[in-house]
Amino acid sequence: MIDKKTALWIYNKMHEIRAFEETAWTLFTENKLRGSVHLYTGEEAVAASVCAQLSDEDYIASTHRGHGHCIGKGAELDRALAELMGKATGYCKGRSGSMHIADFSKGNLGANAIVGGGIPIATGGALAQKMQGKPNVSVAFFGDGASNQGTFHEAINMAAVWKLPIIYICENNQFGMTVPVWQSTSVENIADRAAGYGIVGEVVDGNDVVAVYEAFARAKERALKGEGPTLLECKTYRWRGHWTGDPEVYRSREEVEYWKENRDPIKLFAAYMIENGLATQEELDKIAADVAKKMEEAVEFAMNSPEPDPAHVLDDVFYEG
Amino acid sequence: MAKMTYAQAIRMVIQQEMQRDDKVFCMGEDCEKLGGVFGTTRDLYKEFGTERIRNTPISESAIVGAALGAACGGMRPIAELMYWDFAFVAADQIFNQVAKTRYVFGGNAKIPLVIRSQEGTGRGNAATHSQCVESMFMHIPGIKVACPSTPAEAAGLLRTAIRDDNPVCFFEHKALYINKGEVPEDPDFMIPFGKADIKREGTDVTIVANLLYVSRALEAAEELAKEGISAEVIDPRTLVPFDYDTIAESVKKTGRLVVVHEAHQNNGWGAQVVSQVGQMVFPYLDAAPIHLGAKACPLPFNLELEKAVIPSIKEIVDACKKTLYR
Repeated sequence: MIDKKTALWIYNKMHEIRAFEETAWTLFTENKLRGSVHLYTGEEAVAASVCAQLSDEDYIASTHRGHGHCIGKGAELDRALAELMGKATGYCKGRSGSMHIADFSKGNLGANAIVGGGIPIATGGALAQKMQGKPNVSVAFFGDGASNQGTFHEAINMAAVWKLPIIYICENNQFGMTVPVWQSTSVENIADRAAGYGIVGEVVDGNDVVAVYEAFARAKERALKGEGPTLLECKTYRWRGHWTGDPEVYRSREEVEYWKENRDPIKLFAAYMIENGLATQEELDKIAADVAKKMEEAVEFAMNSPEPDPAHVLDDVFYEG
Repeated sequence: MAKMTYAQAIRMVIQQEMQRDDKVFCMGEDCEKLGGVFGTTRDLYKEFGTERIRNTPISESAIVGAALGAACGGMRPIAELMYWDFAFVAADQIFNQVAKTRYVFGGNAKIPLVIRSQEGTGRGNAATHSQCVESMFMHIPGIKVACPSTPAEAAGLLRTAIRDDNPVCFFEHKALYINKGEVPEDPDFMIPFGKADIKREGTDVTIVANLLYVSRALEAAEELAKEGISAEVIDPRTLVPFDYDTIAESVKKTGRLVVVHEAHQNNGWGAQVVSQVGQMVFPYLDAAPIHLGAKACPLPFNLELEKAVIPSIKEIVDACKKTLYR
């Protein structure tokens, strides 16, 4: 059961992620932000519910659709937005942009622009935790598309053999770019593949905070008890296209509207919190207002931040000691 | 100093470094009971256990990716791939992940990771087990590349690789494992990266070679000596970083440059040496530099065919003579 403090944290994070993504969309349409930008709007419950149960010593590896995970894992909106705008004040000095954003100090081993690329890396994070006897877990976030990459199968098998403390979280948003899951994937549920590795697989409603939170709590407990990895599939839906220029020819407006109207994870969780006495409407309104203000400040910070100095473009290829 | 093989030198350094630092560990296919195909981790599991001498599934992407993640998580992994040819299975993890992590994350990450394996001809292992592929790893920024040609250099360079806080791809050569030589047993013996070694001094022509071709270049130099030609033989030892200066200084003296490697000639690392050194010392050159490498053909199984693809000693001798217009 989620306590009040955690519930408010999750609600706040979901708002931060939503505000960040919709701001990124606006800035992109205004030509103030460029590059490959993949928005997480509609999937906020997954990142927020999982990251609510992680400390800075727990690791995550993320994806090209990684802003939500990054914010969930503790990134500040201002420096994250500055990175998306390629500014010197960004988390990666303007070198990563949207798709490679990372903050090691928060246990974020990075977004990853290669589909499935982060899955073995998170697995290695869990190996390091296990070998050093740390009471921590790693989380690999990835989409339905990545579950057809070799890295998914290789890494999960490896982690299962070694009983690593890792949770593989598949955010099944129903499309690998434009290809629907039924056309690319041989099983009805991606979590069914867990059986192939002899680990626990579970399917949850990825727009239901409580369902994700509780399933992840169970998976984390197994991981910390030395019982090895879990494959947790969170069925969800992305509101925006695959990327900001997606013509979205593969789905109907009605389908998108249905999810917005009926399956908005923020609205659903707000209703749950009020119904269960976890928050008052005033508290929720205040969170929304505070996040909106913080987001405005982040835009100001990012817009006014300096561009990186090309004189330093060759720095950091290697650690020089 | 002790006389030991190239393989034993590698094993000794892994053992010493694992004794020195409990963050160092090995993961790879068959590294536990077999000790790797060439015995470079033989019996180390008895001393360090199977957590630190860790057999892996045959999953190269997961081996490299997990080693990268473990390096991010505070360990100092030595990942072994059995054959460098197999690195292509893990190409994304090496070229897009390992090489780029530190830079794209704004310099916030240290990646103390060694990926080691062996490559090359000599055993008739055919097309996908005999290539020399180190040039490809020089092309993508973010990875250091070492290629020792002697037992002592295998020891000194490997220790430097393990203690480096950057990713190092360590290229051993399968035909060198049984070669014996004097190796310092000093547990701090290191050879710095980016420092070429002059294997034989000479005045008429500079031959640059790595791995197995260092000994072949030395044989060619012996042949040339019989004809009164004095060849200087230089082993760069690491391709990233690369010591162009030592070669440039040598060419200033000899006026002639021949680069030879077992890697394919097309876009092989020798092309880069000819280009860079050529620009550095153009006024000193008395002849066009020559670059030899394996022919543009997959390595065939039959040993005589295999030999026909890679440069012969005669080809090295002839190339040197050509630069002398003889």
